[in-house]
Amino acid sequence: MKLALKLAYRNLIGAGLRTWLNVVVLSFSFVTIIWLKGVMTGWDYQSKTDMTNWEIGGGQYWHNSYDPYDPFSINDSHAAIPEDLDALAKKGEALPMLLIQGSIFPEGRMMPVTIRGVDPDQTLLYLPTSKLDTTDGIVPAIIGVQMAKQSRLNEGDFVTLRWRDANGTFDATDVMIAAIFSANVPAVDLGQIYIPLSTLQDFALLPGEATLITLKNEEMKWPEKEGWIFKSKNELTKQVDEMIKTKSTGQNVIYGILLLLAMLAIFDTQVMSIFRRQKEIGTYVALGYTRQEVVGLFTVEGSMHAVLAALLSAAYGMPFLIWMAKVGWTMPIDASEFGMAIAQTLYPIYTVGLVVGTVIMVTITTAIVSYLPSRKIAKMNPTDALRGKLQ
Amino acid sequence: MKTTILILFTLVFSGLNAQNAEQILEKVDANMSSENRVFESSMTILGRRGSRTITSRSYAEGTKKSFTEYLSPASEKGTKMLKLDKQLWIYSPSTDRTIQLSGHMLKQSVMGSDLSYEDMMDDRKLTDVYEAVISGEEIINGRKTWLLTLTARVSDATYYSQKVWIDTERFVPLKQELYAKSGKLLKQTKLSEVIKVQGRWFPAKVIYKDMLKQGDGTEFIMTKISFDQKIPEHIFTKASLKQ
Repeated sequence: MKLALKLAYRNLIGAGLRTWLNVVVLSFSFVTIIWLKGVMTGWDYQSKTDMTNWEIGGGQYWHNSYDPYDPFSINDSHAAIPEDLDALAKKGEALPMLLIQGSIFPEGRMMPVTIRGVDPDQTLLYLPTSKLDTTDGIVPAIIGVQMAKQSRLNEGDFVTLRWRDANGTFDATDVMIAAIFSANVPAVDLGQIYIPLSTLQDFALLPGEATLITLKNEEMKWPEKEGWIFKSKNELTKQVDEMIKTKSTGQNVIYGILLLLAMLAIFDTQVMSIFRRQKEIGTYVALGYTRQEVVGLFTVEGSMHAVLAALLSAAYGMPFLIWMAKVGWTMPIDASEFGMAIAQTLYPIYTVGLVVGTVIMVTITTAIVSYLPSRKIAKMNPTDALRGKLQ
Repeated sequence: MKTTILILFTLVFSGLNAQNAEQILEKVDANMSSENRVFESSMTILGRRGSRTITSRSYAEGTKKSFTEYLSPASEKGTKMLKLDKQLWIYSPSTDRTIQLSGHMLKQSVMGSDLSYEDMMDDRKLTDVYEAVISGEEIINGRKTWLLTLTARVSDATYYSQKVWIDTERFVPLKQELYAKSGKLLKQTKLSEVIKVQGRWFPAKVIYKDMLKQGDGTEFIMTKISFDQKIPEHIFTKASLKQ
């Protein structure tokens, strides 16, 4: 085997430019596959982390009528906060939020919004709710960057907010934009305006009520509560998993094309080697090699392309991949249009499993592609091969 | 003694005032509300970049049922709207689809006007919803009016309070201001061109203005109106939207 490896290495290096062309193409596949898979892993991590930090915490209780995709449901989705969860909220381990529909009128334009009442003292989510803690009689509000862009509102601006209370009576007041936050989670930004929970409960005539309760502790087994549905973090991040699964399927096509190009080159090289090196094959057999050993020698030789490619990839790919992990990849289109938690700049994450898995997958594919043309050797007549007769 | 007389006088006077205000409101309702009505109208939206007019034919029965078919312009022709109690459907001929409006969609304006679908959903009689007090007298468009301040007597009034200027002879409102519970002025309505139809006075022209929005409001003109007509029951069904 050692001799086979030595021979294979010598033959490969001896082939010169042809070998290096194959190795370069294959190494490009290595780096691209690892980078793309890294971007996907990074996206998955970033989306779930952002959703946890900005929206869902460690899971949520939803009022049983609440359905974020059904506007019919929002006005009827509120109930008194269960006592035990209220106690947790006081300890900062749960965050009740009341949602009602309303409209804002920036520059005389009407924009439908969801008004979210949130405790200004909360620290469970990254929302800068401390800015809602004012005592000067002004109703403070915070909005996201995208919402600010759409409504053309800036910090310190006043805007009229109109809503209907629990009985359906219109009410309106001017609110001041106390802060504009930047989050990668559209669900907390687009069409959302945050005011203090107690203020919204007063406005809507819904004292002590909430629509959803965000929990801090992900690990705890949360019990069923009448009138409320528990949504685990996994359920709430399911859309990210589905999105990544869809994107990964699309990416597999790219991997396939890249590998196909590299494998075609290796396949061609193998076919040509066997055609041009018939005398050499005959010599090996004459020297005592079995036909299977010669097949193995050529397969090892072909597979060694993958080893060389892995080494070359490490040489130029590692600095590139490390640099990408640092600066990230900024998407050329506006990520806010995706409608789901995705940052404009994605930071790839490479795991040991990802790198090792990719190397193994490419090496095995290369070995198979190298073996296929080599099978012809087993059918060769060694005497004719020694003579260099075409077979 | 003087104080007692003054208190009695105030109580009697305010009682009379309230009673008069209620009576005025009843007469307004008698003019403005009907068992049913059929009318054709043109709605002109006075926007910042010009105006556009939409004509329609409507059928209404009480306060719960109404059906509107848009007649022009060509882009809106064939669009139909059906209101049954608290539900509202719109049929669009371009997509051949009927959709039910809800939630945020009800807050959107009707064809870009100052009226929202929500506004169209609520048209109860004033006497059913408000307690009235006469707050003064004013002249509007050369006509003497009582200024009535209305405050909701029911908890589910759309607007908590209103100011209404009522023509003292014809008992039709000539101006209306609708307020939020906080006292913020939300909408203003100016009514004019009062005509007599089947024995009742009715304003043929109404200008609605959403005070929170920019623009000059929406002008609504009744070109044809008749009260207490026989309206076939099938008009107020979802099937009629696609006909």
